[in-house]
Amino acid sequence: MFRLKNLRKSTKSNLITFGIVIGFYLVIQLLSALGMLSSSLSGQLVPICAYVILAISLNLTVGILGELSLGHAGFMSVGAFSGTIVWTTLYGQVPNWLGLLLAFVVGGAVAGLFGFIVGVPVLRLSGDYLAIVTLAFGEIVKNVMNACYLGYDSKGIHFSFKDAASMGMEADGTTIINGAIGITGIKKGSTFILGIILVILTLVVILNLINSRAGRAIKSIRDNEIAARSVGINITKYKLMAFITSAVFAGIAGVLYSLNYSSLVAKKFDYNTSILILVFVVLGGIGNIRGSVIAAALLTVLPEMLRSLNDYRMLIYAIVLILVMIFSQSPQVVAWRKRMVEMFRGRFSKRPQAKEVQ
Amino acid sequence: MQFLSYLINGISLGSVYALIALGYTMVYGIAKMLNFAHGDVIMIGSYVVFFAFGSFGLNPVLSIVLSMVVCTILGVAIERVAYRPLREAPSLAVLITAIGMSYLLQQVAQLMWTSNAKSFPSVVANSSIFKPVSLFDGQLTISAETIVTILACVVIMVLLLYFINCTSAGHAMQAVSEDRGAAQLMGVNVNATISLTFAIGSALAAVAGALLCSSYPSLQPTTGAMPGIKAFVAAVFGGIGSIPGAFLGGILLGVIENLSKAYISTQLSDAIVFLVLIVVLLVKPTGLLGKKVNVKV
Amino acid sequence: MALLEVSNLGIAFGGLQAVAQLDLKIEKGHLYGLIGPNGAGKTTVFNMLTGVYTPTEGNIVLDGKDITGKSPDLISKAGVARTFQNIRLFNDMTVLDNVKVALHNQIRYNMWTGILRLPSYREKEHQMNREALRLLKIFDLDKEASLKASQLPYGKQRKLEIARALATNPKLLLLDEPAAGMNPNETEELMNTVRSVRDQFGIAILLIEHDMNFVMGICEEITVLDYGRVIAHGDGKAIRNNPKVIAAYLGGD
Repeated sequence: MFRLKNLRKSTKSNLITFGIVIGFYLVIQLLSALGMLSSSLSGQLVPICAYVILAISLNLTVGILGELSLGHAGFMSVGAFSGTIVWTTLYGQVPNWLGLLLAFVVGGAVAGLFGFIVGVPVLRLSGDYLAIVTLAFGEIVKNVMNACYLGYDSKGIHFSFKDAASMGMEADGTTIINGAIGITGIKKGSTFILGIILVILTLVVILNLINSRAGRAIKSIRDNEIAARSVGINITKYKLMAFITSAVFAGIAGVLYSLNYSSLVAKKFDYNTSILILVFVVLGGIGNIRGSVIAAALLTVLPEMLRSLNDYRMLIYAIVLILVMIFSQSPQVVAWRKRMVEMFRGRFSKRPQAKEVQ
Repeated sequence: MQFLSYLINGISLGSVYALIALGYTMVYGIAKMLNFAHGDVIMIGSYVVFFAFGSFGLNPVLSIVLSMVVCTILGVAIERVAYRPLREAPSLAVLITAIGMSYLLQQVAQLMWTSNAKSFPSVVANSSIFKPVSLFDGQLTISAETIVTILACVVIMVLLLYFINCTSAGHAMQAVSEDRGAAQLMGVNVNATISLTFAIGSALAAVAGALLCSSYPSLQPTTGAMPGIKAFVAAVFGGIGSIPGAFLGGILLGVIENLSKAYISTQLSDAIVFLVLIVVLLVKPTGLLGKKVNVKV
Repeated sequence: MALLEVSNLGIAFGGLQAVAQLDLKIEKGHLYGLIGPNGAGKTTVFNMLTGVYTPTEGNIVLDGKDITGKSPDLISKAGVARTFQNIRLFNDMTVLDNVKVALHNQIRYNMWTGILRLPSYREKEHQMNREALRLLKIFDLDKEASLKASQLPYGKQRKLEIARALATNPKLLLLDEPAAGMNPNETEELMNTVRSVRDQFGIAILLIEHDMNFVMGICEEITVLDYGRVIAHGDGKAIRNNPKVIAAYLGGD
């Protein structure tokens, strides 16, 4: 039966992806038990999970919805800051598991809210405009968080954009965000197992979304917006759904990332970070979720292992980005590749023309 | 008086944005692509001036001409190698390639000249023609750089408008921008026209780079990135594809940036500039002087 | 009352009046042709009927409901489906998924049902697959269900577009040059398909076509447009003999 085969195919592919994640976890556990895990790699485990989540969620926007977002680090940043504030203020007052849960829920929700705020106006625009506005959003978040001072004392919450002193706090006040210095003294909340759980959660939500009615609607917008509207798809709704879901998981990844370190600065989440995530998505294959997982993990680990390559890392990424695009997207190159494949197969007989463009 | 000084400096900064925005807007109008690497061409051009004029003591005008030549070649080469194969590809692919190109230029610059900031010598510092002007009994001083920047921008703008409207190459550019297929059928060499657009845009970027670094004398591999993005904002602000729009958008953006630096917050000035972009796109997505584009069904 | 009643419909782009004073009445179950020389404004009429363009004057009433100027997705829900002159399929999606997208408003479940894979997810997905395969079978496309739409040959892409349009459960189907690029055999086959679709689904079909044999062969009623205005209306015979129509096609005055 065709029906069964089809369902089984997508499920099987998804199971392989989950298998890779769990396999990775088991291998790391084994290495760790054998004492073979280098300290540099073990320090990278949580960031790897965070980058994997970021790459999966960005792929939802870039690969499934077909819109380029250059502000993914911005969503990561608002998630990280809001989640970390929750974690830090609640630390010691509620059980740690509850504090963590709340931090992730708040981080994801705040990022999702920003996704909504940015998405509503912007998704009416197309392509290049969306890219530039998301880039602008990322820069705004970075600049605002960099100039933001937040604290509380017995009289309540204080806030300033100038400096710590102008918050006008009492002597007993506690500074939470200290401008460019950010948040310091964060208690470590993230662990590898937590990261893996979040990766799996992200995969479940996003893969299931893609293979559902809503996911098909999103893909149809990517393939042909005019046709999508003509078959009754409310494109604003589904664009927003994809964009907000993507932002929520970027926020969650931001919390995971920031709770792994003792301090959090806004500068970490800049344009370069957004591009780095985009590199993972492009190299893993646009629209290919499993590819994103593997690319994000490998490209986070490799430079650590090949320190000597570090100077050239971004140079190589840049070249690879260009080559991958030309090789996979240029009509002439694609046609040439097809011809080469035909030749290797030794089939010179003419094949049915796939498409005659009118 | 204070305000006037901020305003004039804003216009000067805006003139630089306008020059860069011209490159964006022409390329966008004709090749229908967002050339992310444009800002980094500026940076390369500035390094050329830095070495020619600063290190080898070449005449400033000659240095800028040399930089224009280098940038023109670079711009045309980038188009030929990276963008042309993707001309019929989805816009997402072109955009990602342009981002890759932007990164490539920055990384190459960093490997060649390190990421340390170089102190850029002003190209008009010892000029015998352009001197700082002092007005209102010395209450208001306008630097030579400011004067030259604004003058250069106006002159280039006039020349460019003349070129676009009164020469056959300019008409070809308008035709390609209007309808690439039809222009080709009418005998316009589309490839050559697009190359010419990249050439002009890149040459202007070289001028913009020299002027920018003369006013803000710190040169790094990332120097071009932020002004590049802001100039794109200016182009969108003015209406992408429109040359007077790029001029207007650039000047307005420079003024807004400088005034918010002076009166609101230095740290938040960039955020304000980008906020302006988002508001403009919300209220008038086609920008101040842009025209509406209809998609054929 | 007719299924579709268009009265005094017009649209101007800037100063150019592309379509003016158009009246159309399409009865339920009718096969209706809209013809005219190139640039007469036929596709523009389709674009107004489906909400891609907002008319500058006039009304469109479908089944007693005013749909003038509504957005394309709402008009699709109201019961108008279409195909496109230059095929617009969801190229990177499978043939099956192309049809399933169009079932969007027919078989529904919400986002959370999909994400959490609630029991109704499976049930609804099976229902969708059955329905989509049934439609594909009508067009002899069921064997290609798992191919990507872009991998289909040209003629099958045209058929898939019709199948997709039918999946939205329309009352009125608009076909924009369905026989373009087809050879006489394929055109003959398409004529039979269009007729059987009308009979099977009981819907009205409005089509634009340049192939006169096709139009004359299946349309019960024809309207001729020239320079955005109706110059003739009637059955095939009346149109064929109308001197205004002949003049418009031959370029005389």
